[in-house]
Amino acid sequence: MKDELNPFDDIPGTTLFDAQRSRQGYHLNMFCMSLMKAENRAAFKADEAAFLLKFPLTDAQRNAVLVRDWNGMIALGGNIYFLAKLFSTDGKSFQQVAAIMTGASQEDYAKMMLNGGRSIDGNRSKSQPATPPESKK
Amino acid sequence: MARLVAGVATSHVPAIGAAIDLGKTGDPYWQPLFKGYEPAKKWIAEQKPDVIILVYNDHASAFSLEMIPTFALGCAAEFAPADEGWGPRKVPVVKGHPELAWHIAQSVILDEFDLTIVNNMAVDHGLTVPLSLLFGQPQEWPCQVIPLAVNVVQYPPPTGNRCYNLGLAIRRAVESFDQNLKVMIFGTGGMSHQLQGPRAGLINRAFDTAFLDNLTADPRKLARMPHIDYVREAGSEGIELVMWLIMRGALDEKVREVYRFYHVPASNTAVGHIILENEA
Repeated sequence: MKDELNPFDDIPGTTLFDAQRSRQGYHLNMFCMSLMKAENRAAFKADEAAFLLKFPLTDAQRNAVLVRDWNGMIALGGNIYFLAKLFSTDGKSFQQVAAIMTGASQEDYAKMMLNGGRSIDGNRSKSQPATPPESKK
Repeated sequence: MARLVAGVATSHVPAIGAAIDLGKTGDPYWQPLFKGYEPAKKWIAEQKPDVIILVYNDHASAFSLEMIPTFALGCAAEFAPADEGWGPRKVPVVKGHPELAWHIAQSVILDEFDLTIVNNMAVDHGLTVPLSLLFGQPQEWPCQVIPLAVNVVQYPPPTGNRCYNLGLAIRRAVESFDQNLKVMIFGTGGMSHQLQGPRAGLINRAFDTAFLDNLTADPRKLARMPHIDYVREAGSEGIELVMWLIMRGALDEKVREVYRFYHVPASNTAVGHIILENEA
C-alpha cells in the first residue's frame, strides 16, 4: 500500500472525522454548537445568512449550511454530532437526515432499517467491492 | 473494601430516551426493545449496586471542539442532564461518588493512565439512556454514578487495548478503596451503526454477534482489533464499542454471562446488551 493512501478512504460512503477534517471544520462545527442556545437558534432562524456571518466559514461551508447539503457539510469538515444541532433546529431527526444523506426516501430508508439495516456485504471496501467468501457468515 | 461485582454493556441510542420520556415504550416499534430489557431491570433491582462507574461518550454536549479529553472522569457530587438542543431530559440529577471517583483518579493516574478530572459536567443521553433502560423512571436514581466520558467523536479514539488496560487499572483502584461498596461498571454505545454519508444505516449482525461472544470469552482478542475494523465492519459510529472494553477489563478474566439481548433497529442502530458477572 502507498504511504499517502489513508486506508480509511477505502471504506465506501464514509468520512472519518480526523485531524485534517477537524481543523477544516472547526468553525462550521462551532457554529452548530452555538445552536445549543435558544437565543442563537432564534437569531439563526430569523436571518440565517446574517447569523452565519458571525463565524469565519468558507463560502462553500456557508452555502452548504444554507442549502442544507448534509453530505457537503461533512465533506467540508462537519461532524455528524455537531450537525445534529443544526438539523434539530430544523426539527429533523437523525433518521430523517440519514435518509437524506443516502439519497433514499424516508419511507424506503425506514423500511431498510426495519428489515435489518444496510447490509455489510458489498459495503466493506471500494477496492474490493465483492465480499470474499471466507468472511461471509 | 469495595468490590467490583459485575459489568453491563448496552447501546445508548437517543431515540430510546425519547421513547421513554414520551411514553411510547408500548408502541409496536418499541415494545420488543423494552421487553428485551425487562430481565436486566429485574436483575439489577435484585443486585442493588451502591455505585455504577458509567463509561459513555459525550456527543458534543459537555465538550465541543474546544476541549477533547480522551478520558474524563466525573468527580463531582452531582451531574445535571444536558440540554442537547431541545431541553434537558426530565430525568433525575445524577448523584456522583466524589470520594471513590477521586480515589480512582489518583489510583489510575499513578498507574500511568493520565485521565482528566472533571468537576463540572452536564451528562447527555450517552449516560442517561442506559440508566433509564436499567432503572426505568424513578424519582431518584437508586445508586450513585461515576461518569467516565471517552472521546470517540474525534479520530483517533483510544485503542481497544488502551481501553481494556484502563479497565484493569480501574479494577485495581476500586478494590483498593477502603469502604464496603458494591460497584458495577457499565460500558455503553454501539453496536453497529453509521449515522453519516451514503453508507448510513449500516448494520452488521455477524460482527455484533462475534463481538458479544468474544466480549465474554476472549476479550484480549477484541482488544487487539484495530480501529479500521470497527469503522469498516460496524460503521463510523460503531467505533463506540471500544468503550465496552473498559467495562470488560475491569472484570475477571473468566466471567459468567447472565444475560444477552440483541435487537435491530432502534432508529439507525443495532442495540446490543449483555450482563457479565464475576465468578466470585
